[in-house]
Amino acid sequence: MKNYQTVLVALLLTVILVTACSPIPAVQAPAALTPAPVAPATNVTLKVFAPSSMTDAAKELASAFEAANPGVKLAIEIGHSPTQRLQLTQGATGDVFMTASQKDMDDAIADKSVAAGAAKVFATNQLVVVMPPQNPAKIQKLEDLANTGVRLLVAVVDTPIGKVTLTSLDKMDKQFGAGFKDKVTANIVSNEAGVKPIVSKLQLGEADAGIVFVTDAVAAPALKTVSIPPELNVISQLNVAPLAAALHPEHAAAFTAFVASTDGQASLKKWGFMPGKP
Amino acid sequence: MIRDTVRMDTIAGRLAPNQKALRGVTDVAYHQKIHRVRPLAGFFLVGGLGALLLAIPIGVLLWRGVDAGFAGYLANPSVIDAARLSISTSVISLLVTLLLGTPLAYVLARWSFRHKAAVETVIDLPIVLPPMVAGIGLLLAFGRNGLFGAPLHALGIHLPFTTAAVIFAQAFVSAPLYIRAARLGFAAVRPDLIEAAYTDGATELEIFRHVMLPLAGRSMLNGLILSWARAFGEFGATIIFAGNLQGFTQTMPLVIFNGFETNLGVALSISLLLIVISALILLALRTIEKNTSLNV
Repeated sequence: MKNYQTVLVALLLTVILVTACSPIPAVQAPAALTPAPVAPATNVTLKVFAPSSMTDAAKELASAFEAANPGVKLAIEIGHSPTQRLQLTQGATGDVFMTASQKDMDDAIADKSVAAGAAKVFATNQLVVVMPPQNPAKIQKLEDLANTGVRLLVAVVDTPIGKVTLTSLDKMDKQFGAGFKDKVTANIVSNEAGVKPIVSKLQLGEADAGIVFVTDAVAAPALKTVSIPPELNVISQLNVAPLAAALHPEHAAAFTAFVASTDGQASLKKWGFMPGKP
Repeated sequence: MIRDTVRMDTIAGRLAPNQKALRGVTDVAYHQKIHRVRPLAGFFLVGGLGALLLAIPIGVLLWRGVDAGFAGYLANPSVIDAARLSISTSVISLLVTLLLGTPLAYVLARWSFRHKAAVETVIDLPIVLPPMVAGIGLLLAFGRNGLFGAPLHALGIHLPFTTAAVIFAQAFVSAPLYIRAARLGFAAVRPDLIEAAYTDGATELEIFRHVMLPLAGRSMLNGLILSWARAFGEFGATIIFAGNLQGFTQTMPLVIFNGFETNLGVALSISLLLIVISALILLALRTIEKNTSLNV
């Protein structure tokens, strides 16, 4: 009796485990849904790793690239660049890596996930302060972030956006003085996992202000903004590169080139990205 | 209904020896036993594979945690803050669960009323819901702009991004486990014992205190431990409803999440700590279960 139960439970768990694992190959599913190809070799699913600031822009880049290259589908995996870099060292496979910052790409090159010299800056992004539509804390200028009782959301310091937020706060501290950074730090109610949770919580009106990328504010037009002047801002350089172990090297190179092309840059501009320095 | 199913369980427990005796008597049963040998080997093989798949990640985590210099990271301020916060919040959420969940479980176990099945389904729902969904629900209900945001604000209460929100999130996802166990425990008390107490002139409250509580005590404890383990590991609802701030809302699972992006050593060390604590909790649970089955 006892043995039966043990074995049955183990079997059940195996079934659960196997079913739980199966969604992973499902990334390929879109390709399988299209009519049976005459020449299967042209049916390619290109896997692109992209940072969360690229969520909307990457979709647009993908459909434009798919339209120009029949038979090629893009599977875009959105995540934190440092996490994705780590996943790539742990055996994640794909074709193209887009990073939120120069450092992430440099790290990937040091890991040999990306060949040296293969990466290029394709866009830049900068910071902006966002508030809920009602602006409950009545924030009008950067100095207001230090007002007592302001509930401020920033990204966790380990993320690319978190790092530049801290740098920008340091610059503001120097300019505004009077313990600006300490006051602002005391106002931080949460270190969010990235820009998207900050935007969502501000859209719900749960906090008073947040610091995000300009592109996130463009994607959430309902939010109010206070811009950060260039001397207090930090420019993040987004990088793109085909992976050294790309599954489809030719297409990966083509997509990388497309991102830097006039068409690609036009899509990026629409979402608030500034052109990358050549 | 519930009382019936539970009684069936206890009856089944008592029937087991008879069934064994029956099987020994007939030749057909004897042959079935022989034939079962081969499929069983297959079961063991597949089952063993399953057990291995489950054990390997845990084993690797333990090994890498020790390898990463487990002890050194325990002195990390974020680890100390998180451990302190996790322990205190989960204990408070457990008290809340006990205070609110016990009467609820008792009502569900003893009396039937209209739409009871619907009530039970709603109460059980947080067990199967993705915790993120629970977090969004909590935010929409008790957030500043949530359904009860305005009345709470009038009372000067602001829940999101506070330690209270951590407790809220933990209780929300873990209480159903306790309520379920306590409900089954209460329902398993033999009706003739309750009737005997009635006949002796006991009031409902006396029956609760002197008959139901002692007899359902083990089930309640069992449920409490499970519930505590769940609260301790809570992540999704916490990060959405309570946020992530060291010392205030950053519990151990949140440190693991952050650590994974930069300081893998911290993540591994806390993972190891959580595995050890969870294993101890489960061990305690097994001990209680063993004692309970002896009692039946």
